[in-house]
Amino acid sequence: MSVKQRQAPTGIMTPELIETEIKGGLAATDSVGQYALGLGDDALVLAQRLGEWIANGPELEEDIALGNIGLDILGHARSFLTYAGSAWGKTEDDLAYFRSEPEFRCRQLFEQPIGDFAQTIARQLIASVYFDSLYRALMHSADPTLAAIAAKATKEVDYHLDHSTQWLLRLGLGTDESALRMQRGLDAMWPFVAELYSAEPVVESAAASVASVASAASAASVAEDDRGSLEGIAVDPRALRAEFDAVVPLLIEQAGLVVPKTGSVRGGGRLGIHSEAFGPMLAEMQVLARQHPGASW
Amino acid sequence: MVTTTHATATATATAPAAAATMADGDLSEDDRVGLARFLELIESDSRVEPTDWMPAAYRKTLVRQISQHGHSEIIGMQPEGNWITRAPSLKRKAILMAKVQDEAGHGLYLYSAAQTLGTDRDTMFEQLITGAAKYSSIFNYLTPTWADMGSIGWLVDGAAICNQVPLCRASYGPYARAMVRICKEESFHQRQGFEILLSLMNGTDAQAKMAQESVNRWYAPALMMFGPPDDESPNSKQSMEWNIKRFSNDELRQRFVDMLVPQAEILGITLPDPDLSFDEETGHWRFGELDWSEFYDVLKGNGQANSVRVAKRRAAHENGAWVREAARAYADKQAAAAATAAEAATLAQNEMVAA
Ligand SMILES: [Fe+2]
Ligand SMILES: [Fe+2]
Repeated sequence: MSVKQRQAPTGIMTPELIETEIKGGLAATDSVGQYALGLGDDALVLAQRLGEWIANGPELEEDIALGNIGLDILGHARSFLTYAGSAWGKTEDDLAYFRSEPEFRCRQLFEQPIGDFAQTIARQLIASVYFDSLYRALMHSADPTLAAIAAKATKEVDYHLDHSTQWLLRLGLGTDESALRMQRGLDAMWPFVAELYSAEPVVESAAASVASVASAASAASVAEDDRGSLEGIAVDPRALRAEFDAVVPLLIEQAGLVVPKTGSVRGGGRLGIHSEAFGPMLAEMQVLARQHPGASW
Repeated sequence: MVTTTHATATATATAPAAAATMADGDLSEDDRVGLARFLELIESDSRVEPTDWMPAAYRKTLVRQISQHGHSEIIGMQPEGNWITRAPSLKRKAILMAKVQDEAGHGLYLYSAAQTLGTDRDTMFEQLITGAAKYSSIFNYLTPTWADMGSIGWLVDGAAICNQVPLCRASYGPYARAMVRICKEESFHQRQGFEILLSLMNGTDAQAKMAQESVNRWYAPALMMFGPPDDESPNSKQSMEWNIKRFSNDELRQRFVDMLVPQAEILGITLPDPDLSFDEETGHWRFGELDWSEFYDVLKGNGQANSVRVAKRRAAHENGAWVREAARAYADKQAAAAATAAEAATLAQNEMVAA
């Protein structure tokens, strides 16, 4: 898409509205659920990381800005997870708090520790460019719920992208130290770009979409779903890579920095393979909920 | 939607600084006129604005109160920030994140209000992170359980509301206006705290126990947020004469208790005060003696977390020094580039005119 399309083709969607629709009978198919689960996990894990910045920012304005961005992304996570859960009769909290590490489907970029402010900005820049193209494409999904979630998200990501772009320039062109840190931040996050833009396994093969979260009852619907079942519904991240390559290296050069030439991690986040930092993050996130199974808050 | 708060000072005028530092005894003619006008404003319950003449002591009182209030908002982010990563549901996580960053916004509004009195934010922040400035002692208590998110919202934000609603009519305009914005958000903060406790009380036995145990810890410290009893609060009288403060510490505390009792009943929570009883005659709830020795001890620095709270903000500030430097350097370079471009344009223009 060369011209950024901002007009939402459908109404906007919040987790609460989706919940209401689920009560009214809305349910994702298993493969749509699997797809939404991956997108939800990406957003949830990134929001959890951004939450670590609150009361820790380099200035109060950034406590607020990073908190706002985290809050927007948490909203996206909640919408995707609520919708995903409808495929298996699960709530967003069942999915967020009661799955273990290999059952999470997030891509590894999002799991990485916050590092210093430059590393956080590097990750946020990559993530925002990715979300920007992803949600603009997903707005045209044949699945109206996914399209509506994306329509709301795309407006917010617009601001996130602007925030990280501004900081990339400030840090890259600011002082020697900030340029060095910004370069290191990019170098640290770059190995995760390739995985971010790799295929969606659930689209690629119905077999790979059988995750342990799927209950026995949904096994039947999995069988019905062939690999074409997400056509027109899911976005293939590989098709978005060109946009990243057209935008990000140019921005990095504008910031007086060098496009990293690092290798790429093997990845596998969508298949439940996660990096070392993920387990401790998850343990912290889930600890209280798991002490009180079945409780509501 | 993202709403980045860029609180800007309504005005940055440093009103007659010389006059403000002068004792009222040797006033110049201008000061005499200014003072008369000031007293008239106070008398008619009008707002004093940054450019108005004001007595040095009024200015000093306001700077101290507003900056301490701002510091409290900033330090107050920590006890709740402690639970953002562990919030037990995604909805609660979202509400808590929004609440904690509201408090950062409140800090910014208040620093901006204080700046209109001629004290800049860097100075105030420096006082905070070196431990020179005071902030509300309540934030030196720890939050060992999730129920503390409920208690803080219900009791601490609740007490803050009782304190702050009258401040919306404070005589100093920028302060009063900041309080109007803040109070709107505080009532949401109190409600979410109440809802957390309500969910816990309606939940499992373990949850209800957690809620009661937490309220047991927060109740008395929250009552002490209004400050010492009136007979031990020497500065209050002057603040009331200046229309900064509208009600005494004890009056506000009474209001707060009267508000809490029926809410506690709805929650099914017991307020930890055996002496709490309804006074038919006055229509108020009488409450027991508070342990003021604890209050003064925490104030002196012997609370659960005094040094930790300041150290955490200082660490964040120091770790972010390179970021702020970079932003400044970048802004300077941008400004220099813009100036060069403008100069070149002017030169080109002159060339054309000359030609
Ligand atoms: Fe506040
Ligand atoms: Fe508050």
